[in-house]
Amino acid sequence: MFDYNFHWRPVMKNLPDLLEAALLTLQVAVLAMILGIVIGLGLALIRLHMRGPLRWLASCWVELARNTPALFQLFFFGFGLGAFGLHLSPYMIVLTGLTFNCAGYLAENFRGGFQAVPDTQLRASRSLGMTAWQAYTRIVIPQVLRIVYHPITNQMVWAVLMSSLGMLVGFRELSGETQFFASRTFRIFEYFAVTAVIYYVIVKIILLGSRLLASRLFRY
Amino acid sequence: MIQIRDLHKYFGTLHVLKGIDLDVDKGEVLSVIGASGSGKSTLLYCINGLEPIQQGSVEVDGTDVHAKGTDINKLRQQLGMVFQQWNSFPHLTALENVALAPKIVKGKSKAEAREIAAQQLKHVGLGEKLDVYPSALSGGQQQRLAIARALAMEPEYMLFDEATSALDPELVGEVLETMRMLAEEGMTMICVTHEMGFARDVSDRVAFFHQGVMEEIGPPAQIFGDAQSEHTRKFLANVR
Repeated sequence: MFDYNFHWRPVMKNLPDLLEAALLTLQVAVLAMILGIVIGLGLALIRLHMRGPLRWLASCWVELARNTPALFQLFFFGFGLGAFGLHLSPYMIVLTGLTFNCAGYLAENFRGGFQAVPDTQLRASRSLGMTAWQAYTRIVIPQVLRIVYHPITNQMVWAVLMSSLGMLVGFRELSGETQFFASRTFRIFEYFAVTAVIYYVIVKIILLGSRLLASRLFRY
Repeated sequence: MIQIRDLHKYFGTLHVLKGIDLDVDKGEVLSVIGASGSGKSTLLYCINGLEPIQQGSVEVDGTDVHAKGTDINKLRQQLGMVFQQWNSFPHLTALENVALAPKIVKGKSKAEAREIAAQQLKHVGLGEKLDVYPSALSGGQQQRLAIARALAMEPEYMLFDEATSALDPELVGEVLETMRMLAEEGMTMICVTHEMGFARDVSDRVAFFHQGVMEEIGPPAQIFGDAQSEHTRKFLANVR
């Protein structure tokens, strides 16, 4: 009943192409995370400290990013904007989609982080004569960063894995490339099995690096 | 000298301080007692400008704390504050906790700031704990760390906001001992406290607050022995 013959040779032949595509995956995920952290921090601060339309917009962003499928978000930046005549390259579709999604999730992490640092820390800092800026940069934000560090790591992993949705908008990152070769050779299982291993290794490296960095950054 | 004139403070519609007049001289130790919600802690926050006021004035050595042009960050260097929840900075070692403000606020060199910090920590009996993070210190030790942190700015005045209220009973003594030591060294201190023993033995004067009003102020012997106000007598009868 099980008469499938594995053929790994074509996959191995394309391994360099797959690894190159993996680099593209990593690149788009890292860029999306950097942008996501900056925007997410901004969204969190707006939601915590501002009123009016800007706060409403920030809330909409967070709600949409968190409460709709990531795939739909990519489709919006691809086909949705395309319908209005704004055509992004596959790379840009994935980058904007991932950034939109990551920023939304990270905004909530940052918001929780800021709320978890007691106001009294700020008061104590100010009572020593620190300016508000000094109190934030020296006392509050270092504590927030520790609180959001592991959620940020999770989000980084999620960004790498989520970038695989790129293949559905024609982006030849790791999954797109795999799909391309698999459909040419019909060795679908072999290709995706090898690609799964590559994803696994990437994620493991991220987690290990993150743990190493954490042990150096947070000694308290 | 700290001069408070007709100080009124509201939280929204809640009238917390109802016209306080108070002078605290250099070298004086003033204890402020009274029930929770009587406005004692708020008074301290108004003195170092952590809370805005709605009417009246607070002057520290002739500088109006709440005037628009006042450099509040500079003024606060004269006013060390110790909080009920000690508020040590968890991400910094004991030494860094104390050295940070002298370095970034007063512009001391790193070496100088660390030296000041080490000295102050020794002063409060934490000379062995320089490189320890606050999480490894007891409540009493963290409170003494907070005192050292405030002292490192070389303030003229120290404000204590119920410095022992959040401590386990067996840790109260060491903090009171440190406060007593400061008083003996001639530090000007305003201590909001529930420690009647400390108020009686260490203070030059004791002020009793009741519902936002300073009901009575005088030497400990008078407040504890011969209180004029009915409210003071009732309060003291209850805490004893």
